[in-house]
Amino acid sequence: MRSGRPFHRDSLTAFALLVPVVVYLAAFIGFPFVMSFIYSISNATIGDPHFSITGLNNFREMFHDAAFRTSLANTFIFTFVSIALVIVLAHILAELLIRDFPGKWIARFLLMLPWTTPIALGTIGFLWFMDSVYSPFDWLLRKLGLLGSPGDLFGPMSNLYWLARPGLAMASVILVHVWRLLPLATVILIAGLNAIPREIVEAAQIDGAGYFRRLFHITLPLLFPVIGVTVLFSVFFTFTDMTVVWILTRGGPPPHATQVLASLAFLKSIQGGDLAQGAAISLFFFPVLAGIAAIVLRLVKKAVVV
Amino acid sequence: MLKRMVTKSGFYGTLTLFIAFSAMPFYIMLITMFKRNHDLLNPDNNPFIFNEPPTLQHLNLLLHQTQFPVFLLNTLLVGLAVVCITVLLSLPAAYSLARLAGNWGGIVGVGIFLTYLVPPTLLFIPLSRIIADLGLQNSLWALVLVYPTFTVPFCTWLLMSFFKSIPRDIEEQALIDGCSRLGAFFRIILPLSVPGIITVIVFAFTLVVNEYIYALAFIQESGSKTIGIGLTTELIRGDVFYWGALMGGALLASIPVAVIYTLFLDKIISGLNLGSGRQ
Repeated sequence: MRSGRPFHRDSLTAFALLVPVVVYLAAFIGFPFVMSFIYSISNATIGDPHFSITGLNNFREMFHDAAFRTSLANTFIFTFVSIALVIVLAHILAELLIRDFPGKWIARFLLMLPWTTPIALGTIGFLWFMDSVYSPFDWLLRKLGLLGSPGDLFGPMSNLYWLARPGLAMASVILVHVWRLLPLATVILIAGLNAIPREIVEAAQIDGAGYFRRLFHITLPLLFPVIGVTVLFSVFFTFTDMTVVWILTRGGPPPHATQVLASLAFLKSIQGGDLAQGAAISLFFFPVLAGIAAIVLRLVKKAVVV
Repeated sequence: MLKRMVTKSGFYGTLTLFIAFSAMPFYIMLITMFKRNHDLLNPDNNPFIFNEPPTLQHLNLLLHQTQFPVFLLNTLLVGLAVVCITVLLSLPAAYSLARLAGNWGGIVGVGIFLTYLVPPTLLFIPLSRIIADLGLQNSLWALVLVYPTFTVPFCTWLLMSFFKSIPRDIEEQALIDGCSRLGAFFRIILPLSVPGIITVIVFAFTLVVNEYIYALAFIQESGSKTIGIGLTTELIRGDVFYWGALMGGALLASIPVAVIYTLFLDKIISGLNLGSGRQ
């Protein structure tokens, strides 16, 4: 239209070019998305294509299920603790990486590895670190005299049994999530730090503002929107993830010490065959994701205006 | 002077700690894959160094007695197919959204982006039913069919912002000179978009290698497994871990992905960033 050509022709082309994507996404995201709502109020199973609507039974059953309540709590704990740690560590790392130093590219490559490599494969490395007998962490603690003999800080047993004790298993899952998200958060924060005009920081420094004063009164307030984006992506990637839990603990130690909503839904639906229960559980992602979507929409609007 | 040295050593010290944290699993993979079992399976041995001469036995086992090469090939095939589908679907859509569609185009664009926020963990249950109905369980086609659900939305968005950065004038000149819309697209826009298209190819491919949940839900037959589920389900059997082979497989499969991803990191991140925090 702006080029002065007939509107309807461009409009028709535009429509034709969009049809394949819209049809595909409607069929493989839209339709299944609606189906998961329908399954959640049905008695659908994996083997039988027929099902009937049974109302809110699944949700009632779910709330009485201790596994579900544990998973719900775990999902929130993993997400919040991981993100808090990620934001703090990423801020430190970003401050280091905005400087120039010899060998920066190799440092950057190594620091980005957790994000640039497939998460399932990275988690495999941690399996060895958390092995019940051969854990290198345990070896290090034994050598430091913190583990293995009576009176040691971490106890007299020769191993910590990372994945076999509920608290340590949770810590292990969080560790891997932090490890995984740190590079992404750092890169986003670096972009934010670079966007802060140097003059402001320098002016404050000349006026005698110390490091922490500059941090809390200048850097952090200016970084706030970028930290928001970082939190958003971290929530999105942690909250719905089951890969880390699945490979490290399968939700264990029994009964469900590290179970999260995603892995519980997988357990019930794919392994247990109860699609209806699985769908009901996975719908608990929906409110959080809708919240993320609302914030993203606002950001997108801003980005489009700019 | 002294203060500067302290700051400097503090800087490198902290940096080293971070690098150790990030690279730790990969370092242990590298060591473990070449360690003799006798060395590896002794809790008193230093796990970070070779206490006995290195060996290629795990690598041999991995390449000749496991299905690791099959997993790699499957991943590659699915990756290539998904990359093709992604480019074919998102390229025209992105062009349409960036140039042709009017106000309603903006709404469709945001709608497409929002589908990116529907995670596999919510979709795998209904999709597994659909895959079963199509008779595609244990087939790589299941993955080829489903994986574009997470590559297409993001890649469309990425290409759209790429097209928007190309000045309209160039194209309009071609239109005035008598090119058709499609002619202008193929002769002017497409050659200018090669960097954007390569970014999309890299991004889509790495996402495919990364994917775990759909593969776990749809594929049980070991001959059809992709690398992630192949290693974690076939090389970990009950209590038997082929540690050396497992670590070697994970390392060999991750490093190429890491190298190509790193080359395109900045472009991908600026796409993730939605333009906030832009410089």
